Amino acid sequence: MTPALNVEGISVALGGREVLRDVGFSLAPGAFCGLIGANGSGKTTLLRTILGFTAPSAGRVTLGGAVGYVPQKLQLDPDMPIRARDFVELGLNGHRFGFPFPSRARRARVEELLSAVDAKTFADQRIGELSGGQQQRVLIAHALIREPKLLLLDEPLANLDLRAAAEIIALLKRVAAQGVAVLISAHDMNPLLRAMDRIVYLANGRAASGKTQDVVRTEVLSALYGYHIDVIRVHERILVVAGEHGAHGHEHVAAIP
Amino acid sequence: MMLLQPGFLASVPVQNALLIGAGAALLSGAAGVFTVLRSQSFAGHALADVSSAGGAMAYLLGISPLLGFFSLSVLGALALEVIGTRRAAERDLAAGIVLGAGMGGTALLLYLDVTVKGSAGAAVSVMFGSLFAAPPGLGVAVALGALAGLLGLGLIYRPLLLASLDSELAKADGVNTRLLGTAYLLLLALAVTLSAMAVGAILSTALLIGPAAAALRLAHSPAAAMGLAALLGLFCAWGGVWLAYQSYGWTPGHVWPVSFFITALVLAVYAVASLVRRG
Repeated sequence: MTPALNVEGISVALGGREVLRDVGFSLAPGAFCGLIGANGSGKTTLLRTILGFTAPSAGRVTLGGAVGYVPQKLQLDPDMPIRARDFVELGLNGHRFGFPFPSRARRARVEELLSAVDAKTFADQRIGELSGGQQQRVLIAHALIREPKLLLLDEPLANLDLRAAAEIIALLKRVAAQGVAVLISAHDMNPLLRAMDRIVYLANGRAASGKTQDVVRTEVLSALYGYHIDVIRVHERILVVAGEHGAHGHEHVAAIP
Repeated sequence: MMLLQPGFLASVPVQNALLIGAGAALLSGAAGVFTVLRSQSFAGHALADVSSAGGAMAYLLGISPLLGFFSLSVLGALALEVIGTRRAAERDLAAGIVLGAGMGGTALLLYLDVTVKGSAGAAVSVMFGSLFAAPPGLGVAVALGALAGLLGLGLIYRPLLLASLDSELAKADGVNTRLLGTAYLLLLALAVTLSAMAVGAILSTALLIGPAAAALRLAHSPAAAMGLAALLGLFCAWGGVWLAYQSYGWTPGHVWPVSFFITALVLAVYAVASLVRRG
């Protein structure tokens, strides 16, 4: 089966600093993968490289089809007069030239996506007025309407409360079940542990990837950080804690079922 | 007093003024919606100021003011692109620097207009407009320019809207945001040029952002805002021409500046829209 995403040994330098070094992994259709790392570990750079915004200095990225992208948040004025419904429609034809004339088929397709992400109740509100979770749903519908093979999400859970985060994860699980590979960046893997079947863990510009239980381990993460890391399982939680040489490391507390 | 004096529509300068005002207001209103959404009103103002150098140059060379204003504002748009538009702060700096250079050039050219050509009225005319004194053929040229600008705006409407909402997302969706930004700046250059024909270079931003900002407060979609802004702009432009025509009766023998009435109406329209939105 052709992978939805194949990242082969990419290195990326920004302003003379090597941000990613020899990062490689592959996602099959339907994979649900967390892209985990502390702030500044290169998650955004990796997403930008997959999107083609940043050229790698070595290695290459191969895509199995179209890519849908979900930014963390739209930076817009609450007064911006655009309804959620119209924003979803822009996912279908926003890249095309010419003034849009109404079409029944397009309207039906937008309805379909709005109900797929449970956004029908607020479809006619301005996006600036929506809550963080509602806006995420609209952004996901916008990204899915052109039937991508890969969905990239930049910290979708960062500004959400626990309940909204759980709902977004459930929605993304449904998306993955339909064969779309889902790659979600997060500085905290905690909420994703139950959902993700794969993980790409970034530290020091390098990545470890595979099944969560194979990657989130003392030996693997110690090798990645370059100093001793303890992965401790306590009361159905995993704590990833910097060891004695880790004065500059970060502490990562995570739970696994 | 009759609402429309019989002479009003029959007067050739009035017809010309109405045509120029309509072209300027329709394109500036529609394009201005994106100027407001993209927070580019300072860039719009910079382009208008640079175009004033072209207006002054037109007097010196004896060419059409439309050609003078437009060539310099296109040059200004390209300068803005070259200097850098990557970050918002950088964009404002670039606009400020281009604006300064443009106004410096205007100072020199207006000086030459007076000393070489003896056109003492050039400064007021370029900066603040003189709609009733516009050359007879200008009305048709402005109307055609506005038509071309509106077609261009319709052509790039969707990608421009997406890029104005979120530039990164637009890029991910396959929009060439750099090219689109340049195309929009060129449209903006055309809009401020036409506006400068109506109300002068300094005041042209009023027609660009006033009706658009008012429409954005009232409309429920960007397309509706564009249509409403164009209509509000048209109201201001035609209302201004009508009031200026009336002013001949207030101070016999003198017509008050049309630009004064147009910009006053723009302010009134914006104030009313703000009140309606709040109320």
